[in-house]
Amino acid sequence: MGKVRWIIGKELRHILRDPRSLVIAIIMPIMMTLLYGYAINLDIKNIRLAVLDYDRTSASRDLAARFHHSAYFTRPLAEAALSDPEAALKRGDAHAVLIIQPGFAEALRDLAPYQLGLSLDGADANLSSAAAGYSNIIIRQFLADQLPDGATLPGVTLSQRVLYNPDLKSSHFFVPGLIAVILMMISALLTSITIAREKESGTMEQLLSAPVRSHQVILGKVIPYIGLALVDGILVLVIGVFHFGVPFAGSMALLTVFGLVYITAALSLGILISALVRTQQVAMMAALVVTVLPSVMLSGFIFDIKNMPPMLQAITYIVPARYFLLIIRGVMLKGSGLAVLWVQAATLIALTAVLLTAAAKRFKMKIG
Amino acid sequence: MSVVEVTGLSKRYQTLTAVDGLNLSVEAGEIVAVVGPDGAGKTSLFRALCGLIAFDTGSAVVAGMDVRTDMERIKPLLGYMPQNFSLYPDLSVEENLQFYGGLFGVPKDRYAALKERLYRFSGLAPFGGRRAGNLSGGMKQKLALSCALIHEPKVLVLDEPTTGVDPLSRRQFWDILLSLRRDGATIIVATPYMDEVALADRAVFMHLGRKLAEGTPEELRRRYRGRIFRLAVDPTAEQMTRLAGIEGAAPYRFGAEVHLYTPADMTADRVRERLAACGLTTPVEPIAAGLEDVFIQLMGAQ
Amino acid sequence: MDYAVTVDQLSKTFGTFTAVDHISLTVDYGEIFGFLGANGAGKTTAIRMLCGLLRPTSGTGTVNGFDVNRQYEKIKPSIGYMSQKFSLYGDLTGRENLRFYGAVYGLSNSRLKDRIAELTAMLELTEFIDRLTGPLPVGWRQRIALAAAIIHRPRIIFLDEPTGGVDPVFRRRFWEILYSLADEGVTLFVTTHYMDEAEFCRRISIMHQGKIVVMGPPRQLVAAHGLPNLQETFIHLIAERPVDG
Repeated sequence: MGKVRWIIGKELRHILRDPRSLVIAIIMPIMMTLLYGYAINLDIKNIRLAVLDYDRTSASRDLAARFHHSAYFTRPLAEAALSDPEAALKRGDAHAVLIIQPGFAEALRDLAPYQLGLSLDGADANLSSAAAGYSNIIIRQFLADQLPDGATLPGVTLSQRVLYNPDLKSSHFFVPGLIAVILMMISALLTSITIAREKESGTMEQLLSAPVRSHQVILGKVIPYIGLALVDGILVLVIGVFHFGVPFAGSMALLTVFGLVYITAALSLGILISALVRTQQVAMMAALVVTVLPSVMLSGFIFDIKNMPPMLQAITYIVPARYFLLIIRGVMLKGSGLAVLWVQAATLIALTAVLLTAAAKRFKMKIG
Repeated sequence: MSVVEVTGLSKRYQTLTAVDGLNLSVEAGEIVAVVGPDGAGKTSLFRALCGLIAFDTGSAVVAGMDVRTDMERIKPLLGYMPQNFSLYPDLSVEENLQFYGGLFGVPKDRYAALKERLYRFSGLAPFGGRRAGNLSGGMKQKLALSCALIHEPKVLVLDEPTTGVDPLSRRQFWDILLSLRRDGATIIVATPYMDEVALADRAVFMHLGRKLAEGTPEELRRRYRGRIFRLAVDPTAEQMTRLAGIEGAAPYRFGAEVHLYTPADMTADRVRERLAACGLTTPVEPIAAGLEDVFIQLMGAQ
Repeated sequence: MDYAVTVDQLSKTFGTFTAVDHISLTVDYGEIFGFLGANGAGKTTAIRMLCGLLRPTSGTGTVNGFDVNRQYEKIKPSIGYMSQKFSLYGDLTGRENLRFYGAVYGLSNSRLKDRIAELTAMLELTEFIDRLTGPLPVGWRQRIALAAAIIHRPRIIFLDEPTGGVDPVFRRRFWEILYSLADEGVTLFVTTHYMDEAEFCRRISIMHQGKIVVMGPPRQLVAAHGLPNLQETFIHLIAERPVDG
């Protein structure tokens, strides 16, 4: 352990003395969190909604007001004509038209089946699906306020997404995902670069001529980055919870344990990459392509896995971030425990074991 | 007693044979200089001795232990200096020393004493806090040597430690090597400088992974076939063309004079005669062949 | 009289560090001038100023008649520069490297073709000119680097440790090439740590801590100090003075 301590000490000095690694390790995670939190906000607002109220009751007016008082909908550029509901959409005056047919107030009173109409401008798919989602929520909340507990109207469906994100805030999804991506980036990218740098500059040759064993080299190299990754994880978590108000419903201990498992998987990938390349540049490119990109694109962080082509879906099964993302979202947003997450947890552990074994096997104590 | 015993060592990289059935025996307490062109196999040989590359055939034994099976026990006995500067430029002189002291498990009090000694050797003391990357070339090499010496190795393997180093720093570097040998260290050192080879106990000339020649510097000098004459001629292009006309002799410019390389049966008088025939009357002085002349001749014969 | 290089009280400071400290020298056309010194003595900094790559802090100088303070853009195309790192593109062949450097110096395609053929013959590169330069032995890379440095027929060539890491056979041949360039009237301004090579120069200077300590023909310097050879003379001259890391 004495030798590992020396390597850790040396590695920490490298990190502290290289302004670039400090930028990647500390500034970048903060920047990314703020970027995702503010700039890349996927919440769609200011959807222009026209309401065609054929019912003309106080109930229908209340519903229309509910829409326009929400943050998501605004008034249309020009009101829709009762004679041609679709015209407002065609002209672009409105993104969506809510049609309240006569009988709405009666249906509310009698708990009778009733159909509200919503016409959407499909040209912007994101916008129209957001509009549909928001409409569902607003209607559901309106109904919940009007009706006795447990009563619903037929024909109203709610999307899964809304269940656990009643505020409909995208930061609640991004912050846990971001932790997954940043942990991967720090662990895999920086480790692969640090080992490749020693190869490239020739210091590896001197290092390996000393009586150190491969596990000592690996541990000495990896432990500082585990620490760094944990610091980053906590940093993003703190910004997320205290600045963006992301809830933290579950167990911190459980999250830490699986955070460590996930970091180990990422570090193994980093070592694996560095064992196969010779230069820092190639290591960085490889780490981006093999670890960071899949964690962003194929983990469910931004794109829904269910909507991917089958081949990409198949690849997601070997992306560690996929499993960690489900775990961290589950723990943070839903307060889930192992009883719910055990499949993801077991898969992540198995995947980590495979990567760790491969990394230990490929890392050679030779230079040529 | 031989400390390093290399027998039939071969190392191939795809199509290239870097080391080709090499035998080398190094006695305890001697300095062996290894000389050879780029690609002669010196670096592969040294790396094989230090367990840094796997070799294909043959064996290498250091202090009675096989490099293939006992490397972990050999490493503490070895001090290795790779060809390129391979210390951490962002760590200070002292931090580099400390790091290698730590890796080799040098006890604290012993480390302090050794550091003092190495600082005295190398003159690095005033630069203890300087980043290694900011040292001059000569100082870098002295630091690298100090790091290779921090665990008091019995055998030193030094791969061109003085390439690109100025003559004064080279002299100081070799003063350290000679004093280490007096203390009983065995040193294998690659160098492109023949003045350094002359300081070694024995030299090995290598080419294409094989041994070209081996012996004490004196023995090697005696292997030169032919004679060399110094001509006090101003080596203008015109004069050189004229000298090139002398049969069986090759003129080379050496600054303000010319060296004439001839077969062994040539005498100073015959050189004078032939020069006179070309209309040249200059002092002719036979000179002894240097190690470089021997090396060039042996390489040319390949 | 026309000089290839004249330098008067040239200095360069970096912050509080004086790399080159009031050096003065002149070099004739066709002369091989050995610019010696310990590691870190300031040779490379001085050469960079002469090549127009670095602005002097003070002092004056001309290279090929161009002012080092004002006309450094004119200096660059008129000289050849070969550094210790042999700035070749390792993933290009020798010919591709030469074509690239030729194009940089504005040689027309047909002239470039002739010049490459000429240099290939002169430097005996036939066997290596169409191979990637990266994997070539140092000696061959060094010759291709020399070819690149003289592709535009400069009248002055600056060579910064051109023979570092090259074996004796290559070094001797390299110097024959340098001699034949000097015979054509080309000025060679060479740094080296090989004292036998320094003796090949017509005149040398020895630099220490930014200053030129001595200058003159090597034989004369050795005789003046009563030492057996240039190596001992160099060591004597520098060891007397405190060494800086």
